[in-house]
Amino acid sequence: MMINEVWKLLFKKPKTNKFPAKYAPKNVHQFLRRVQGGKAKIVPPVPTPPDFRGKIRYDIDSCVGCGLCAQVCPSKAIEIVRDKKWIIMHCKEGAKLAAPLKIKIYVSRCVFCAQCVDICPRKCLKMSDEFLLANENKLDKSLIVPGP
Amino acid sequence: MSETYTIPVGPLHPALHEPITLKLEVSGEKIIGVDVFCSQVHRGIEWIGMNRNNPIQSIYLSERVCGICNICHPLCMVQAVEKAAEIEVPERAEYIRTIAAELERIHSHLLWAGVAAHEIGFDTVFHYTWALRENVMDLIEYLTGNRVTKAIMMFGGVRRDIKENGAKKLREGMKFYLEKFRKIEEIFLQDPTIKMRTRDVGILTREDALKLCAVGPTTRASGVPKDVRQDFPYAAYGDYEVKAITPDIYNGEVHGDVYDRIVVRLLEVKQSIEIINWALDNMPSGPLLAEKNLVRLKMKLKKAEGEGIGRVEAPRGEDIHYVRLKAGEEPFFSWKIRAPTYNNVLPWIPMLLGGQIADVPIVAASTDPCISCLNRVTVVDVEKKKEFQITKEYMHKLSVKKTRRLMRNGR
Ligand code: SF4
Ligand code: SF4
Repeated sequence: MMINEVWKLLFKKPKTNKFPAKYAPKNVHQFLRRVQGGKAKIVPPVPTPPDFRGKIRYDIDSCVGCGLCAQVCPSKAIEIVRDKKWIIMHCKEGAKLAAPLKIKIYVSRCVFCAQCVDICPRKCLKMSDEFLLANENKLDKSLIVPGP
Repeated sequence: MSETYTIPVGPLHPALHEPITLKLEVSGEKIIGVDVFCSQVHRGIEWIGMNRNNPIQSIYLSERVCGICNICHPLCMVQAVEKAAEIEVPERAEYIRTIAAELERIHSHLLWAGVAAHEIGFDTVFHYTWALRENVMDLIEYLTGNRVTKAIMMFGGVRRDIKENGAKKLREGMKFYLEKFRKIEEIFLQDPTIKMRTRDVGILTREDALKLCAVGPTTRASGVPKDVRQDFPYAAYGDYEVKAITPDIYNGEVHGDVYDRIVVRLLEVKQSIEIINWALDNMPSGPLLAEKNLVRLKMKLKKAEGEGIGRVEAPRGEDIHYVRLKAGEEPFFSWKIRAPTYNNVLPWIPMLLGGQIADVPIVAASTDPCISCLNRVTVVDVEKKKEFQITKEYMHKLSVKKTRRLMRNGR
């Protein structure tokens, strides 16, 4: 009967992992400051399994700008752009159109399907295990790969 | 009592995946008339698949048709496209698809069992089953990389292999569930209160089930042995020979009530465990994809011409996708989805007729739709033209009260 189960459960550890702290902090920023100061400790999140699909990583140098990833991305999170670094290095005015193509990924739109990773011929995309991505600003610096 | 009321239930609630309106005519507590209104929301998923997306993008779109059946829908769609474009699926991929689909069935049925317990006021059981469900969610995450949108389907195969570690974890998980199954069975099927609340409530007769084309556990609980896995085997089910589960396997009788629906779903969890164990033992080795090069696959689908139908036994019943491809056009020329709940909504009418308002939550939940639509209920007094609101909380309270009453009186 259920009551026996309930008795047994009373003496077990709760299944919920109390991340990031045992009791929800009133002020998250304050809590984080205290963590940095070594006054409080973060309860670690449940570890992610291998091959978890988290925030995307992009190796801009090996990308050839073929645009295949943008073609298969179901949520249109990938934009094709001109290489900024190249422009800064090589041209003073104009001639920007000669810059090689690269991509920009808006993580706030990404649905973590890893289809772009599969299709990339140069293997320059990778899924990391980073999953703490909540942000109030969709266009935050941390949510644009490789950077705004 | 001669006064009758009409209670509209629904149509919209943010948490509901299939918004629906129910109009209940009640006299006192008794339901004397039921009407169902569908098509309250249109998300345009098929339109996007036919106009904006290429087929590969549509896999991930079809995954989002339903938050729970997100193996069944892409599997179904992928099968339709494979038929249309004549793509052969390697055998290992078929087995992995089977395992993924069965894992989904376990998690969906456990989720449902928890919700059913909650609807009759048994929150301890609700939390207990959902804690058990966490294990299968972790397994799914381990095997596919995400808990919910699994993203492992691809035209002509699957995207991820089950490696040695995964197989080991799966076996451990299945052992865990086989052990726990006895307990779940005891809690749900032998508990006198659950039996009192669900026995002979929301009856769907065999004739009605056949006439209204109910699908899945809803129809099987009425004694109709209908299961796509048995009748039209897909993936690796042809090798296993699934047998449709009807409640008479458990206790030799068919009532077609909510209790029988619990029986069928719980037995199906056990069946799924057996299928997964069998698939792990018999999984052949070999490639995972018919066409590894995605660019070539994309070109092939663009050139393909033809039509195909995919049928999958989702946890809630038969799911059908129809796809038509036209040469030279990337998006589908035509795409039609028929989800199982569509068939299982009309049976609500015979199920609810003659019942009580307090039974609406558990009866409606017994076909496994989303129940949060009950949040916006207005009662209209037909004669006095008066309106007042019944919230979901009130309805839930009614339901809990009825359970308490039955427990006290033993009847
Ligand atoms: S993971 Fe999927 S959604 Fe995210 S950028 Fe890649 S293709 Fe687009
Ligand atoms: S598919 Fe790879 S190489 Fe091509 S643009 Fe995308 S990231 Fe660059």
